[in-house]
Amino acid sequence: MIEVSRVTHVYGEGATARTVLRDVSVTMSEHRVGIVGANGSGKSTFARLLNGLVVPTEGTVLVDGLDTRTEGRQVRRRVGFCFTNPDAQIVMPTVQEDVAFGLRRRGLSREEVRSRVAEVLERFGLASHADHPAHLLSGGQKQLLALASVLVTEPSHIVLDEPTTLLDLRNARLVADHLGRLAQQVVLVTHHLELLEGFDRVLVFDEARLVHDGPPDEAVAAYRRSMA
Amino acid sequence: MSLGLYRPGRSLLHRAPAWSKLLLLLAAGASSFLLDRPWQVASALAAVVLGYAVAGVPPGVMLRQARPLVWILAAVAFFHVLASGWERAFVVVGVLLALVLLAALVTLTTRTADLLDVLVAWMRPLRVVGVDPERVGLLLALAIRSVPVVVGLGQEVRDAQRARGLGASPRAYAVPLVIRSLRHADELGEALAARGVDD
Repeated sequence: MIEVSRVTHVYGEGATARTVLRDVSVTMSEHRVGIVGANGSGKSTFARLLNGLVVPTEGTVLVDGLDTRTEGRQVRRRVGFCFTNPDAQIVMPTVQEDVAFGLRRRGLSREEVRSRVAEVLERFGLASHADHPAHLLSGGQKQLLALASVLVTEPSHIVLDEPTTLLDLRNARLVADHLGRLAQQVVLVTHHLELLEGFDRVLVFDEARLVHDGPPDEAVAAYRRSMA
Repeated sequence: MSLGLYRPGRSLLHRAPAWSKLLLLLAAGASSFLLDRPWQVASALAAVVLGYAVAGVPPGVMLRQARPLVWILAAVAFFHVLASGWERAFVVVGVLLALVLLAALVTLTTRTADLLDVLVAWMRPLRVVGVDPERVGLLLALAIRSVPVVVGLGQEVRDAQRARGLGASPRAYAVPLVIRSLRHADELGEALAARGVDD
Protein backbone atom coordinates (compact mmCIF):
# COMPACT_ATOMS: atom_id res chain seq x y z
CA MET A 1 0.00 0.00 0.00
CA ILE A 2 1.33 3.40 -1.02
CA GLU A 3 -0.12 6.52 0.58
CA VAL A 4 0.64 9.92 -0.89
CA SER A 5 -0.80 12.73 1.15
CA ARG A 6 -0.96 16.43 0.35
CA VAL A 7 2.21 16.35 -1.70
CA THR A 8 3.53 19.47 -3.38
CA HIS A 9 6.90 19.43 -5.07
CA VAL A 10 8.93 22.37 -6.32
CA TYR A 11 12.18 22.22 -8.31
CA GLY A 12 14.59 25.13 -7.92
CA GLU A 13 13.91 28.23 -5.88
CA GLY A 14 13.33 31.94 -6.20
CA ALA A 15 12.57 33.19 -9.70
CA THR A 16 13.35 29.81 -11.33
CA ALA A 17 11.10 27.79 -9.01
CA ARG A 18 8.84 25.37 -10.87
CA THR A 19 6.00 23.56 -9.17
CA VAL A 20 5.82 20.08 -10.68
CA LEU A 21 3.25 18.59 -8.29
CA ARG A 22 0.50 20.51 -6.57
CA ASP A 23 -1.39 19.14 -3.57
CA VAL A 24 -1.61 15.51 -4.70
CA SER A 25 -3.24 12.99 -2.38
CA VAL A 26 -3.87 9.38 -3.37
CA THR A 27 -3.79 5.97 -1.74
CA MET A 28 -2.87 3.05 -3.97
CA SER A 29 -3.52 -0.49 -2.85
CA GLU A 30 -4.59 -1.95 -6.21
CA HIS A 31 -2.50 -4.61 -7.90
CA ARG A 32 -2.15 -2.65 -11.16
CA VAL A 33 -2.05 1.14 -11.22
CA GLY A 34 -1.41 3.10 -14.43
CA ILE A 35 -0.32 6.73 -14.71
CA VAL A 36 -0.79 8.83 -17.84
CA GLY A 37 -0.36 12.50 -18.64
CA ALA A 38 1.29 14.96 -20.99
CA ASN A 39 5.06 15.55 -21.01
CA GLY A 40 5.90 17.77 -18.10
CA SER A 41 2.65 17.01 -16.25
CA GLY A 42 4.49 15.79 -13.17
CA LYS A 43 4.04 12.06 -13.60
CA SER A 44 7.75 11.20 -13.65
CA THR A 45 8.29 13.17 -10.46
CA PHE A 46 5.28 11.40 -8.96
CA ALA A 47 6.83 8.03 -9.84
CA ARG A 48 10.13 9.08 -8.22
CA LEU A 49 8.29 9.98 -5.02
CA LEU A 50 7.24 6.39 -4.58
CA ASN A 51 10.71 5.02 -3.88
CA GLY A 52 12.13 8.11 -2.22
CA LEU A 53 14.30 9.16 -5.18
CA VAL A 54 12.46 12.45 -4.82
CA VAL A 55 11.45 13.59 -1.35
CA PRO A 56 8.52 16.02 -1.61
CA THR A 57 8.88 19.68 -0.69
CA GLU A 58 5.61 19.37 1.25
CA GLY A 59 3.49 16.42 2.29
CA THR A 60 4.38 12.79 2.97
CA VAL A 61 4.69 9.53 1.08
CA LEU A 62 4.27 6.28 2.99
CA VAL A 63 5.08 2.87 1.52
CA ASP A 64 3.68 0.07 3.67
CA GLY A 65 3.72 2.61 6.48
CA LEU A 66 7.37 3.63 5.94
CA ASP A 67 8.04 7.32 5.34
CA THR A 68 10.25 7.96 2.29
CA ARG A 69 11.68 11.01 4.03
CA THR A 70 13.10 9.18 7.02
CA GLU A 71 13.20 5.53 5.95
CA GLY A 72 14.39 5.82 2.35
CA ARG A 73 16.59 2.79 2.61
CA GLN A 74 13.82 0.39 3.67
CA VAL A 75 11.49 1.96 1.12
CA ARG A 76 13.96 1.34 -1.73
CA ARG A 77 14.28 -2.30 -0.69
CA ARG A 78 10.53 -2.65 -1.09
CA VAL A 79 10.06 -0.58 -4.20
CA GLY A 80 11.89 -1.57 -7.37
CA PHE A 81 12.25 1.18 -9.97
CA CYS A 82 12.62 0.83 -13.72
CA PHE A 83 13.64 3.80 -15.90
CA THR A 84 12.87 4.75 -19.49
CA ASN A 85 16.40 4.42 -20.78
CA PRO A 86 17.83 0.99 -19.95
CA ASP A 87 21.35 2.11 -20.90
CA ALA A 88 21.38 4.44 -17.92
CA GLN A 89 20.28 1.83 -15.44
CA ILE A 90 22.43 -1.06 -16.52
CA VAL A 91 25.47 -0.33 -14.39
CA MET A 92 27.59 -3.43 -14.84
CA PRO A 93 29.50 -4.53 -17.95
CA THR A 94 27.85 -7.92 -18.46
CA VAL A 95 24.29 -9.21 -18.18
CA GLN A 96 24.90 -11.57 -15.28
CA GLU A 97 26.95 -9.03 -13.32
CA ASP A 98 24.27 -6.41 -13.65
CA VAL A 99 21.62 -8.73 -12.23
CA ALA A 100 23.94 -9.78 -9.40
CA PHE A 101 24.70 -6.14 -8.60
CA GLY A 102 21.39 -5.61 -6.82
CA LEU A 103 22.11 -8.53 -4.49
CA ARG A 104 25.35 -7.16 -3.08
CA ARG A 105 25.51 -6.48 0.61
CA ARG A 106 22.38 -8.48 1.32
CA GLY A 107 24.25 -11.16 3.22
CA LEU A 108 23.62 -13.82 0.56
CA SER A 109 26.15 -16.56 -0.14
CA ARG A 110 27.80 -16.81 -3.55
CA GLU A 111 25.69 -19.88 -4.30
CA GLU A 112 22.44 -18.14 -3.40
CA VAL A 113 23.36 -15.16 -5.58
CA ARG A 114 24.26 -17.47 -8.45
CA SER A 115 21.02 -19.42 -8.29
CA ARG A 116 18.79 -16.35 -7.96
CA VAL A 117 20.53 -14.66 -10.88
CA ALA A 118 20.26 -17.80 -13.02
CA GLU A 119 16.58 -18.17 -12.18
CA VAL A 120 15.65 -14.61 -13.09
CA LEU A 121 17.71 -14.69 -16.32
CA GLU A 122 15.88 -17.87 -17.29
CA ARG A 123 12.54 -16.23 -16.61
CA PHE A 124 13.35 -13.27 -18.85
CA GLY A 125 14.81 -15.36 -21.65
CA LEU A 126 18.29 -13.97 -21.09
CA ALA A 127 20.01 -17.11 -19.82
CA SER A 128 21.96 -17.62 -23.05
CA HIS A 129 23.24 -14.03 -22.78
CA ALA A 130 24.49 -14.32 -19.19
CA ASP A 131 28.12 -13.60 -20.01
CA HIS A 132 27.48 -11.18 -22.86
CA PRO A 133 28.38 -7.53 -22.57
CA ALA A 134 25.21 -5.55 -21.86
CA HIS A 135 25.83 -3.13 -24.73
CA LEU A 136 25.44 -5.86 -27.32
CA LEU A 137 21.82 -6.59 -26.34
CA SER A 138 18.94 -5.21 -28.38
CA GLY A 139 16.85 -2.36 -26.95
CA GLY A 140 14.11 -4.75 -25.87
CA GLN A 141 16.57 -7.16 -24.26
CA LYS A 142 18.20 -4.27 -22.41
CA GLN A 143 14.87 -3.26 -20.92
CA LEU A 144 14.17 -6.88 -19.95
CA LEU A 145 17.61 -6.98 -18.31
CA ALA A 146 16.82 -3.78 -16.41
CA LEU A 147 13.57 -5.36 -15.24
CA ALA A 148 15.33 -8.60 -14.32
CA SER A 149 17.92 -6.69 -12.30
CA VAL A 150 15.15 -4.98 -10.36
CA LEU A 151 13.07 -8.12 -9.79
CA VAL A 152 15.96 -10.27 -8.60
CA THR A 153 15.91 -8.28 -5.36
CA GLU A 154 12.28 -9.36 -4.83
CA PRO A 155 10.69 -5.98 -4.15
CA SER A 156 7.04 -5.96 -3.09
CA HIS A 157 6.16 -3.04 -5.38
CA ILE A 158 7.57 -2.07 -8.74
CA VAL A 159 7.38 1.40 -10.26
CA LEU A 160 8.14 1.85 -13.97
CA ASP A 161 8.68 5.23 -15.63
CA GLU A 162 7.77 4.82 -19.32
CA PRO A 163 9.62 1.51 -19.70
CA THR A 164 8.34 0.98 -23.26
CA THR A 165 8.75 4.48 -24.71
CA LEU A 166 12.01 3.62 -26.50
CA LEU A 167 10.82 0.19 -27.64
CA ASP A 168 9.07 -1.03 -30.78
CA LEU A 169 5.61 -2.56 -30.53
CA ARG A 170 6.79 -6.14 -30.24
CA ASN A 171 9.26 -5.40 -27.45
CA ALA A 172 6.74 -3.16 -25.70
CA ARG A 173 4.29 -6.08 -25.74
CA LEU A 174 6.99 -8.41 -24.43
CA VAL A 175 7.77 -6.11 -21.51
CA ALA A 176 4.04 -5.71 -20.85
CA ASP A 177 3.57 -9.50 -20.84
CA HIS A 178 6.27 -9.85 -18.21
CA LEU A 179 4.68 -7.09 -16.16
CA GLY A 180 1.31 -8.81 -16.40
CA ARG A 181 2.74 -11.94 -14.81
CA LEU A 182 4.21 -10.22 -11.75
CA ALA A 183 2.80 -10.96 -8.35
CA GLN A 184 3.97 -7.54 -7.12
CA GLN A 185 2.02 -4.32 -7.09
CA VAL A 186 2.86 -2.52 -10.35
CA VAL A 187 2.73 1.25 -10.85
CA LEU A 188 3.24 1.95 -14.55
CA VAL A 189 3.79 5.40 -16.04
CA THR A 190 3.25 5.13 -19.79
CA HIS A 191 2.31 6.75 -23.09
CA HIS A 192 1.35 3.36 -24.50
CA LEU A 193 -2.30 3.55 -23.50
CA GLU A 194 -3.11 0.05 -24.74
CA LEU A 195 -0.82 -1.38 -22.06
CA LEU A 196 -3.29 -0.19 -19.42
CA GLU A 197 -5.93 -2.69 -20.52
CA GLY A 198 -6.88 -4.83 -17.57
CA PHE A 199 -5.42 -2.40 -15.04
CA ASP A 200 -7.34 -1.81 -11.83
CA ARG A 201 -6.95 1.92 -11.76
CA VAL A 202 -5.47 4.74 -13.83
CA LEU A 203 -4.39 8.19 -12.63
CA VAL A 204 -4.27 11.12 -15.06
CA PHE A 205 -1.89 14.03 -14.43
CA ASP A 206 -2.12 17.44 -16.02
CA GLU A 207 -0.15 20.56 -15.18
CA ALA A 208 1.14 19.27 -11.84
CA ARG A 209 -2.27 18.10 -10.65
CA LEU A 210 -3.99 14.75 -10.37
CA VAL A 211 -7.00 15.48 -12.58
CA HIS A 212 -8.64 12.10 -13.00
CA ASP A 213 -8.69 8.84 -11.11
CA GLY A 214 -10.71 5.82 -12.20
CA PRO A 215 -10.90 2.60 -14.21
CA PRO A 216 -8.70 2.52 -17.33
CA ASP A 217 -11.24 3.13 -20.13
CA GLU A 218 -12.76 6.06 -18.30
CA ALA A 219 -9.37 7.57 -17.38
CA VAL A 220 -7.93 7.08 -20.85
CA ALA A 221 -11.00 8.76 -22.34
CA ALA A 222 -10.54 11.71 -19.95
CA TYR A 223 -6.86 11.90 -20.94
CA ARG A 224 -7.69 11.87 -24.66
CA ARG A 225 -10.28 14.62 -24.11
CA SER A 226 -7.80 16.81 -22.21
CA MET A 227 -5.22 16.39 -25.00
CA ALA A 228 -7.65 17.23 -27.81
CA MET B 1 34.40 -2.90 -29.36
CA SER B 2 35.57 -6.48 -29.17
CA LEU B 3 38.80 -5.65 -27.41
CA GLY B 4 39.59 -7.67 -24.32
CA LEU B 5 36.06 -8.82 -23.57
CA TYR B 6 35.41 -11.99 -21.65
CA ARG B 7 34.80 -15.04 -23.82
CA PRO B 8 32.99 -17.80 -21.96
CA GLY B 9 34.83 -21.11 -21.92
CA ARG B 10 35.81 -24.08 -19.80
CA SER B 11 39.55 -24.24 -20.41
CA LEU B 12 42.22 -24.52 -17.74
CA LEU B 13 42.80 -20.77 -18.01
CA HIS B 14 39.09 -20.01 -17.62
CA ARG B 15 38.90 -22.11 -14.49
CA ALA B 16 42.07 -20.78 -12.87
CA PRO B 17 41.26 -18.33 -10.07
CA ALA B 18 41.35 -14.67 -11.10
CA TRP B 19 43.98 -13.77 -8.51
CA SER B 20 46.45 -16.29 -9.90
CA LYS B 21 46.09 -14.83 -13.38
CA LEU B 22 46.50 -11.27 -12.16
CA LEU B 23 49.53 -12.28 -10.12
CA LEU B 24 51.05 -13.97 -13.15
CA LEU B 25 50.46 -10.83 -15.20
CA LEU B 26 52.05 -8.70 -12.51
CA ALA B 27 55.07 -11.01 -12.29
CA ALA B 28 55.44 -11.07 -16.07
CA GLY B 29 55.35 -7.28 -16.21
CA ALA B 30 57.79 -6.86 -13.38
CA SER B 31 60.30 -9.32 -14.80
CA SER B 32 59.95 -8.36 -18.46
CA PHE B 33 63.02 -6.11 -18.33
CA LEU B 34 65.15 -9.18 -17.61
CA LEU B 35 64.61 -10.41 -21.17
CA ASP B 36 67.32 -9.07 -23.42
CA ARG B 37 68.07 -11.87 -25.89
CA PRO B 38 65.94 -12.41 -28.99
CA TRP B 39 65.57 -16.12 -28.22
CA GLN B 40 64.24 -15.32 -24.76
CA VAL B 41 61.71 -12.91 -26.19
CA ALA B 42 60.75 -15.41 -28.87
CA SER B 43 60.08 -18.05 -26.20
CA ALA B 44 58.03 -15.57 -24.15
CA LEU B 45 55.91 -14.79 -27.22
CA ALA B 46 55.58 -18.50 -27.96
CA ALA B 47 54.45 -19.12 -24.38
CA VAL B 48 51.76 -16.43 -24.65
CA VAL B 49 50.54 -17.81 -27.99
CA LEU B 50 50.43 -21.25 -26.42
CA GLY B 51 48.28 -19.72 -23.67
CA TYR B 52 45.79 -18.54 -26.30
CA ALA B 53 45.72 -22.04 -27.74
CA VAL B 54 45.09 -23.57 -24.31
CA ALA B 55 42.28 -21.06 -23.69
CA GLY B 56 40.75 -21.96 -27.05
CA VAL B 57 40.79 -18.37 -28.31
CA PRO B 58 40.79 -18.29 -32.12
CA PRO B 59 43.90 -16.75 -33.78
CA GLY B 60 41.74 -14.01 -35.34
CA VAL B 61 40.65 -12.80 -31.91
CA MET B 62 44.25 -12.89 -30.73
CA LEU B 63 45.42 -10.73 -33.64
CA ARG B 64 42.60 -8.28 -32.94
CA GLN B 65 44.02 -7.73 -29.43
CA ALA B 66 47.30 -6.55 -30.96
CA ARG B 67 45.86 -4.46 -33.77
CA PRO B 68 45.42 -1.17 -31.83
CA LEU B 69 49.10 -1.42 -30.97
CA VAL B 70 50.42 -1.73 -34.53
CA TRP B 71 51.38 1.91 -35.04
CA ILE B 72 53.05 2.27 -31.66
CA LEU B 73 55.00 -0.92 -32.22
CA ALA B 74 56.01 0.23 -35.69
CA ALA B 75 57.26 3.55 -34.33
CA VAL B 76 59.17 1.89 -31.51
CA ALA B 77 60.70 -0.63 -33.91
CA PHE B 78 61.73 2.13 -36.32
CA PHE B 79 63.41 4.09 -33.55
CA HIS B 80 65.28 1.09 -32.19
CA VAL B 81 66.45 -0.11 -35.60
CA LEU B 82 68.00 3.31 -36.16
CA ALA B 83 69.37 3.70 -32.65
CA SER B 84 70.51 0.25 -31.67
CA GLY B 85 69.91 -2.28 -34.41
CA TRP B 86 67.51 -5.09 -35.33
CA GLU B 87 68.20 -7.26 -32.36
CA ARG B 88 67.25 -4.60 -29.81
CA ALA B 89 64.20 -3.61 -31.86
CA PHE B 90 62.94 -7.20 -31.82
CA VAL B 91 63.48 -7.50 -28.07
CA VAL B 92 61.63 -4.27 -27.21
CA VAL B 93 58.73 -4.77 -29.60
CA GLY B 94 58.47 -8.45 -28.72
CA VAL B 95 58.30 -7.78 -24.98
CA LEU B 96 55.62 -5.10 -25.44
CA LEU B 97 53.58 -7.33 -27.69
CA ALA B 98 53.89 -10.30 -25.35
CA LEU B 99 52.76 -8.27 -22.34
CA VAL B 100 49.76 -6.74 -24.13
CA LEU B 101 48.71 -10.14 -25.45
CA LEU B 102 49.10 -11.65 -22.00
CA ALA B 103 46.99 -8.91 -20.41
CA ALA B 104 44.33 -9.40 -23.09
CA LEU B 105 44.44 -13.15 -22.45
CA VAL B 106 43.69 -12.52 -18.78
CA THR B 107 40.64 -10.36 -19.56
CA LEU B 108 39.48 -12.76 -22.28
CA THR B 109 39.41 -15.66 -19.84
CA THR B 110 38.25 -13.88 -16.67
CA ARG B 111 34.89 -12.31 -15.91
CA THR B 112 35.11 -8.61 -15.15
CA ALA B 113 33.34 -9.19 -11.85
CA ASP B 114 35.96 -11.75 -10.79
CA LEU B 115 38.81 -9.36 -11.68
CA LEU B 116 37.13 -6.58 -9.75
CA ASP B 117 36.62 -8.86 -6.74
CA VAL B 118 40.36 -9.54 -6.66
CA LEU B 119 41.24 -5.86 -6.96
CA VAL B 120 38.77 -5.02 -4.21
CA ALA B 121 40.29 -7.69 -1.99
CA TRP B 122 43.83 -6.46 -2.70
CA MET B 123 42.81 -2.91 -1.88
CA ARG B 124 41.40 -3.88 1.51
CA PRO B 125 44.57 -2.82 3.40
CA LEU B 126 44.04 0.71 2.02
CA ARG B 127 40.98 0.93 4.24
CA VAL B 128 43.22 2.29 6.99
CA VAL B 129 43.99 5.38 4.91
CA GLY B 130 40.30 5.93 4.19
CA VAL B 131 39.86 4.15 0.84
CA ASP B 132 36.59 2.24 0.45
CA PRO B 133 37.58 -0.76 -1.71
CA GLU B 134 33.96 -1.57 -2.65
CA ARG B 135 33.53 1.93 -3.95
CA VAL B 136 36.71 1.75 -6.01
CA GLY B 137 35.48 -1.55 -7.46
CA LEU B 138 32.15 0.04 -8.37
CA LEU B 139 33.99 2.96 -9.95
CA LEU B 140 36.04 0.62 -12.13
CA ALA B 141 32.96 -1.36 -13.17
CA LEU B 142 31.09 1.81 -14.07
CA ALA B 143 34.07 3.02 -16.09
CA ILE B 144 34.14 -0.24 -18.08
CA ARG B 145 30.38 -0.13 -18.60
CA SER B 146 30.49 3.53 -19.68
CA VAL B 147 32.97 3.08 -22.52
CA PRO B 148 30.47 1.55 -24.98
CA VAL B 149 27.76 3.95 -23.78
CA VAL B 150 29.86 7.04 -24.51
CA VAL B 151 30.95 5.57 -27.85
CA GLY B 152 27.23 5.18 -28.63
CA LEU B 153 26.54 8.78 -27.61
CA GLY B 154 29.36 9.91 -29.91
CA GLN B 155 27.75 8.08 -32.82
CA GLU B 156 24.39 9.73 -32.05
CA VAL B 157 25.97 13.18 -32.07
CA ARG B 158 27.73 12.50 -35.37
CA ASP B 159 24.49 11.22 -36.91
CA ALA B 160 22.63 14.30 -35.70
CA GLN B 161 25.28 16.53 -37.29
CA ARG B 162 25.09 14.67 -40.58
CA ALA B 163 21.30 14.79 -40.57
CA ARG B 164 21.49 18.57 -40.39
CA GLY B 165 24.14 18.68 -43.08
CA LEU B 166 26.87 20.00 -40.82
CA GLY B 167 30.48 19.22 -41.55
CA ALA B 168 32.96 17.77 -39.10
CA SER B 169 33.65 20.57 -36.64
CA PRO B 170 35.44 19.47 -33.49
CA ARG B 171 33.54 21.93 -31.32
CA ALA B 172 30.15 21.01 -32.74
CA TYR B 173 31.06 17.43 -31.90
CA ALA B 174 32.59 17.88 -28.45
CA VAL B 175 30.02 20.19 -26.86
CA PRO B 176 26.92 18.01 -27.43
CA LEU B 177 28.93 14.89 -26.57
CA VAL B 178 29.99 16.36 -23.22
CA ILE B 179 26.44 17.50 -22.49
CA ARG B 180 25.01 14.10 -23.35
CA SER B 181 27.65 12.38 -21.25
CA LEU B 182 26.83 14.58 -18.27
CA ARG B 183 23.13 13.86 -18.70
CA HIS B 184 23.93 10.17 -18.87
CA ALA B 185 25.96 10.52 -15.65
CA ASP B 186 22.93 12.11 -13.99
CA GLU B 187 20.66 9.28 -15.06
CA LEU B 188 23.21 6.72 -13.98
CA GLY B 189 23.44 8.35 -10.57
CA GLU B 190 19.69 8.21 -10.23
CA ALA B 191 19.68 4.55 -11.22
CA LEU B 192 22.39 3.75 -8.67
CA ALA B 193 20.39 5.52 -5.97
CA ALA B 194 17.25 3.60 -6.98
CA ARG B 195 19.17 0.35 -6.68
CA GLY B 196 20.18 1.23 -3.16
CA VAL B 197 23.90 1.93 -3.66
CA ASP B 198 24.13 4.68 -1.10
CA ASP B 199 21.77 3.11 1.44
